[in-house]
Amino acid sequence: MSATPPAGSASLKLARSNLQSPARKRADRFGDLSLRLICAAAAVLAAVVLILIAKEVFEGAHLAFSKFGFSFITHQEWAPPLEKFGGRGLIFGTLITSAMALLIGAPVAISIGIFLALLAPTAVRNVISPLVEMLAAIPSVILGFWGLIILGPVLVSTIEPFLHNTFGFIPIFGSPQTTGASIFNAGLLLTIMVIPIIASVTRDLFSAVPRDLQDGAAALGSTRWEVIRGVVLPTTLSGITAACLLGLGRALGEAIAVSQVVGGATESHLSLFKTGGTMASIIALQFPSPVNALHLSSLYYLAAILLVIGVASNLLASWIGRRWGEAGGIAR
Amino acid sequence: MRLWPGRSRATEEFDPTQPLVATGNLRRRHLVSRFTQGLAIAAAMAAVAVLVIVIIAVVSHGVKAISWEFITATEPNGIGPFLVGTGIVVAIGTLIALPIGVLISLFLSEYAGNRLARPVQTLMDVMNGLPSIIIALFAVSLVANKQSGFGASIALAIIEVPLIARGTQEVLRLVPGAQREAADALGVARWRSILTIILPAATGGIVTATLLSVARAAGETAPVLFLTGLAHGDEFHFNPFEPLPTVPVKIFQLSEEANPEGFTQAWGLSLILIVIILVLGLGSRALLNRSKRKLTQ
Repeated sequence: MSATPPAGSASLKLARSNLQSPARKRADRFGDLSLRLICAAAAVLAAVVLILIAKEVFEGAHLAFSKFGFSFITHQEWAPPLEKFGGRGLIFGTLITSAMALLIGAPVAISIGIFLALLAPTAVRNVISPLVEMLAAIPSVILGFWGLIILGPVLVSTIEPFLHNTFGFIPIFGSPQTTGASIFNAGLLLTIMVIPIIASVTRDLFSAVPRDLQDGAAALGSTRWEVIRGVVLPTTLSGITAACLLGLGRALGEAIAVSQVVGGATESHLSLFKTGGTMASIIALQFPSPVNALHLSSLYYLAAILLVIGVASNLLASWIGRRWGEAGGIAR
Repeated sequence: MRLWPGRSRATEEFDPTQPLVATGNLRRRHLVSRFTQGLAIAAAMAAVAVLVIVIIAVVSHGVKAISWEFITATEPNGIGPFLVGTGIVVAIGTLIALPIGVLISLFLSEYAGNRLARPVQTLMDVMNGLPSIIIALFAVSLVANKQSGFGASIALAIIEVPLIARGTQEVLRLVPGAQREAADALGVARWRSILTIILPAATGGIVTATLLSVARAAGETAPVLFLTGLAHGDEFHFNPFEPLPTVPVKIFQLSEEANPEGFTQAWGLSLILIVIILVLGLGSRALLNRSKRKLTQ
């Protein structure tokens, strides 16, 4: 920084006007203290909001928790008029859609990260990179609407029968239903949502892998793939894990798009092609018009489970990022 | 890792007249490398293809609905009130989130030492990862279940704060340390140098982060659904303390009804929303590149 930037002259002017009169000194002391306090207050406010969120959610869940305890998690039946609530089917639905999103999305997203960081020429990268980020910017409600109107019929007419006929012996590929709403559809939408998240984080990870290491491996005769497998992937493993956890957090908590395409059922079953429900999607569908107080409280119970899992996966992600290696620290 | 299993090169006949081609194991390794690179390219293409397919669907269905009347009129002919409602809700949310986000990022980069910065950073990460539906539930109980645009703005503000804080922080990091030191050396008080030197230098980044968070907030559905989902679009509403009709909620409600005319309207709404969001996203990106160039020249 040898050249004097224009802002330097601004500070010079400032300093000239800054004659050290006692009044000025007092003003400065006051200004310093107050700006520091205001900034700290903003950070404290954020912490307070987070604590309040947790408090409200757990308080809302109190009624359901005192009635059902932890057996809520293992019970299946969800019948608001009968005041019977069990979250097993919804937890199951959440896990299965998120697992699907990660199993399909993570390899694709990591490949995209590899392509953007290591393989693509700069011109191509400058085009594809923003496009992948645009995919993340599509609002979930539009993606859900698209999934319902466009993707659903395609799945029902071609892809689901094909998977059923080919892999029908595996129970998850049950017989296709007549509506486009299914766990499969929701899983695919979640896949589309997690891909840009994981891809942009892993892209930054991969471009931060030291050039020397890669060149060293290449000089020893490694092919490009061997450089990636032997150097790039192992050095960024922690960051990749953290990125996948971030994607998982997004998939678990996505409510709107899933509620549009999943069908809103609450029982657990293995078939991907039937309707189902996830915790977040049932909250979105039923929270505006709860049948009774216990119903409302049960929805808060689901939210509390989501909150715990979501915060845990985030903390785990940042802990992994910090614990292992500099490169992992990029994953935020 | 074993890169070169077995086979010794020396046992093979070397014919100097033949062109040099990889054979055997080397050839296999080249093929594997080619193949995996192809897979990576295919993955990137697939992501772009999904984006293109979604956008084409929205555009091709949406243009049928779009007309001047559709954008400006009230229901049933147009969606003007929804645009106004979303605009008001997002604007108030952003006005709340902007100062808080900027102050937090200032705290992180200027005041907090390493020990304090770490928990605050983690706090921002956790806030950023919170499902928006939980934030929506919180906002509902905060405003005691009273339907209003303002309640939705609070929820959106909670979503926007970590986004703005992170974006601002990234630019603050780029402000040269020499400028800070120069100000210190000239005896300028810390708060003056922050307000008159560091913040102005980071303005581009702050604007970018704000635009991005506006784009994100405009598409958020759960908070507006819970907090102002009962409003109707048959007349214009401007009072944020009443329920305001919003674009995402309308799309959500139309998609729940099986009504072809409603679907057309929903596509039109989707097209407008997606255009707004993409313009904000691309504009902020261009702005960010410009301000980054300025800072790092």
